[in-house]
Amino acid sequence: MSNISELSLTRIVDGIKKKKFTSEEVTKVFIEKSKTSKKLNSYITECFDDALKFAKNFDKKKDHKGLLSGIPIAVKDLFCTKNVKTTAGSKILHNFIPTYESTVTNNLWSQGAFLLGKLNCDEFAMGSSNETSFFGTVANPYGKDLVPGGSSGGSATALAAGLTPATIGTDTGGSIRQPASFTGTVGLKPTYGRCSRWGIVAFASSLDQAGPMTNSVEDSALLLQAMSGYDPKDSTSVDIKVNNYTSKLTENVKGLKIGVPKEYRIENMPIEIDNLWKKGIDYLKDAGAIIKNISLPHTMYALPAYYIVAPAEASSNLARYDGVKYGHRAKGKNLIEMYENTRSEGFGDEVKRRILIGTYVLSSGYYDAYYLKAQKVRQLIKNDFDKSFNQVDAILTPSTPSSAFKIGDKTDDPVSMYLNDIFTVPVNLSGLPAISVPAGYDKNNLPLGLQLIGKPFDEQTILNLSLAIEKRVNFKKNFKKWWS
Amino acid sequence: MSIDKNTVKHISKLARISLDEKNADSLSKDLTSIMKFIENLNKLNTDKIEPLTSIINASLKSRKDEVKDGKIKEQILKNSPENNEEFFVVPKVIE
Repeated sequence: MSNISELSLTRIVDGIKKKKFTSEEVTKVFIEKSKTSKKLNSYITECFDDALKFAKNFDKKKDHKGLLSGIPIAVKDLFCTKNVKTTAGSKILHNFIPTYESTVTNNLWSQGAFLLGKLNCDEFAMGSSNETSFFGTVANPYGKDLVPGGSSGGSATALAAGLTPATIGTDTGGSIRQPASFTGTVGLKPTYGRCSRWGIVAFASSLDQAGPMTNSVEDSALLLQAMSGYDPKDSTSVDIKVNNYTSKLTENVKGLKIGVPKEYRIENMPIEIDNLWKKGIDYLKDAGAIIKNISLPHTMYALPAYYIVAPAEASSNLARYDGVKYGHRAKGKNLIEMYENTRSEGFGDEVKRRILIGTYVLSSGYYDAYYLKAQKVRQLIKNDFDKSFNQVDAILTPSTPSSAFKIGDKTDDPVSMYLNDIFTVPVNLSGLPAISVPAGYDKNNLPLGLQLIGKPFDEQTILNLSLAIEKRVNFKKNFKKWWS
Repeated sequence: MSIDKNTVKHISKLARISLDEKNADSLSKDLTSIMKFIENLNKLNTDKIEPLTSIINASLKSRKDEVKDGKIKEQILKNSPENNEEFFVVPKVIE
């Protein structure tokens, strides 16, 4: 039974349906693996007893109507879960127990899945290495001294190590795709508005989007279908019918036009990334797609614009943590001092940096120079994509400028950490869907991903293209289990 | 633009985050390097560009103006560090 954890989500769903194994057997396997993988530090909260109860109950009732019937799933600790502690990786929420459930997790439970636990992440999803979490650094299965990427680092590690059959993360600037690339897994950021943001701890509201993290493209289609949909509680979610991504999934991509943007060939990019990109082009040519060179001239301005927009929105969103309504409270002589001490004790360094940058760029006299400027640049970046999508159906780029780096390597220099998201951030600024699919290894045997960017609400095309790549790469996990 | 220690102290006051001297020093260094990076945008002329206001091409839905929840006072107070009957308790504001 222990090989259940090697199966894809789709195969496990099928196996439960066909009574090859029970939900309880599946759940026990993932609980056992999770319990013996503490060194990875991927969990913040374990819900193993409740999960087992749910599984046993499921096996009695055997209601197979859902897309995820009988499946235990651990999720990023940014999704509010009713009566289960939700920390966002922060000390300021270390004791927060929501009295409500996020729409996206609720959608999963409506499809028959249940909660296995809450996974570690960068504090308030601010980070690219999972090193900013109050609950400690997460290790990458590919090496105990390597970061799993971030901010959905706990999710990526738990998935790659087989501690959960699939998981969900959130992506504000690359937080699903970059850790997916670093751990050899599939991560999809849907179009802004495809999934509800209701009940997700907010970071930057015009950029945040939840998405599936899975071991295969087929699983990604399934989980996307389960979690997506319009939600009256989120006015930015869009009322467009959710595709049956699974039934429409095909590796036939013949005749699709794929753009290759020259601006993504950045200075000092390791040759291996460039080679990977070339291989990706060859895979898609082999599948019958047509490659076109395109230009996204404002790419180099995406990161600086992001580091105005995201901190500005974060500083507003995080104003709610004041020690009054929920979370950590520090002592103070008066109300203001209580606020100041609470926020000083409760937030970590990176979160403070971003709140202060956001406060600065929004402060009196600076709004036009920074925030308004950034929103203009954002328009230019979006225009670049809009123009390209008149000529092509999707865009192929590397997911990240490097493979997983060492823990501690970039913590002293915030800007060098930010540069990790150079290929992923333009997508968030433009609200587009994008996926990272494992495409090979570098010379140190560390996984590398390719990114496919799609037209708004055309997740299907990037899933299909990813499937065509996946079939040709035949990617296999090749880490040695060092943690148990 | 460099963000000196006094500016750091000013914005941390605005953001309601208390800082000690050591924090202010290291933040001044970090924020300066971040702002330098951000100021790459100055190379780009955006005079004739309209700022982006929404990334999705969808208009907001209208709905009936009706109460759908409420009566969740206990839930709202449940996570508060200190409450009394139906109020959040904070340090004394008026002498």
